[in-house]
Amino acid sequence: MQTPHAKSHPLVPYSLYFKVWVALIVLTVLTVAVSYADMQQTKILTALMIASLKIMLVVLYFMHVRFEKPLYAYMIVVVIVTYGVFISLTFSDYLYR
Amino acid sequence: MSEYVPTADAAAPHGADAHGEHYDPVASKIGMWLFLFTEVLLFGTLFIVFAVYLSLYHFNFSEGSRQLDKVIGATNTVILLTSSLTMALSIAALERSSKRLSLLLMAITLLLALSFLCIKAYEWHHKFEHDVYPTSATMLAKPHGQQVFFGLYYTMTGLHALHVIIGGAAILAAMVLVARGRVHAGRISFIENTGLYWHLVDLIWILLFPLYYLIG
Repeated sequence: MQTPHAKSHPLVPYSLYFKVWVALIVLTVLTVAVSYADMQQTKILTALMIASLKIMLVVLYFMHVRFEKPLYAYMIVVVIVTYGVFISLTFSDYLYR
Repeated sequence: MSEYVPTADAAAPHGADAHGEHYDPVASKIGMWLFLFTEVLLFGTLFIVFAVYLSLYHFNFSEGSRQLDKVIGATNTVILLTSSLTMALSIAALERSSKRLSLLLMAITLLLALSFLCIKAYEWHHKFEHDVYPTSATMLAKPHGQQVFFGLYYTMTGLHALHVIIGGAAILAAMVLVARGRVHAGRISFIENTGLYWHLVDLIWILLFPLYYLIG
């Protein structure tokens, strides 16, 4: 789309932002509700999975990565992989020393 | 890759660009993202420290988590998520050249940021009154794992609160620039990058909230 203002992506409708917000609130209520359940083993894993889902929604829609050129998504993958290396190096040290 | 036109801004109707000032929205955005990645790694290292101590002191961390108020944490989560919505809407409004709506939405974002900080301050104050802070007599009597938990709690929520303050200042600056017509639909980088920063602040809280409040 080429307007005089040369947007890098088409305009995102207001309603989409509201839908994403509703999803984020629902997930917040869900993660709090689930935390009252008695499940010691999977508690942290469940909390992290719901948090990751919320983070994906914010990055893709609020931060526009879904509507931008793929460059930003590639950069994010590089950061995630780098961070994954940090985590595995740290834990390989702490868990096996 | 095709639609980027470096001189597109010259076609903007407003005056600021007639002075030959350089404006490169793509480079600005890439630069902002690179900066955000350094922020991610800053908090990322703290999350690794948290993860290591969580695995070493799992029981103490659960006990520590139970001493935090889930309702307060959840309220602050909803406040920040809503502020992210109003920030995204504010940019969307400016893209449609609705200056007044954009300013109103940024003012709401700023109010939400302030309420987040007030609630956080109340929460810390409440803990301090119960003598729960690093090196207090009550704290030193607790198991080592809980001391680590609360040390990390104050470090990470404190660093996050600092980011909320910086983000709030950036939003205030964006409001001034939009009000003066320096940032508009044809020259939107500043408010867009401010929005990106604000969403990052929200993202970090999305991770902090379950890890501190919900593992009890």
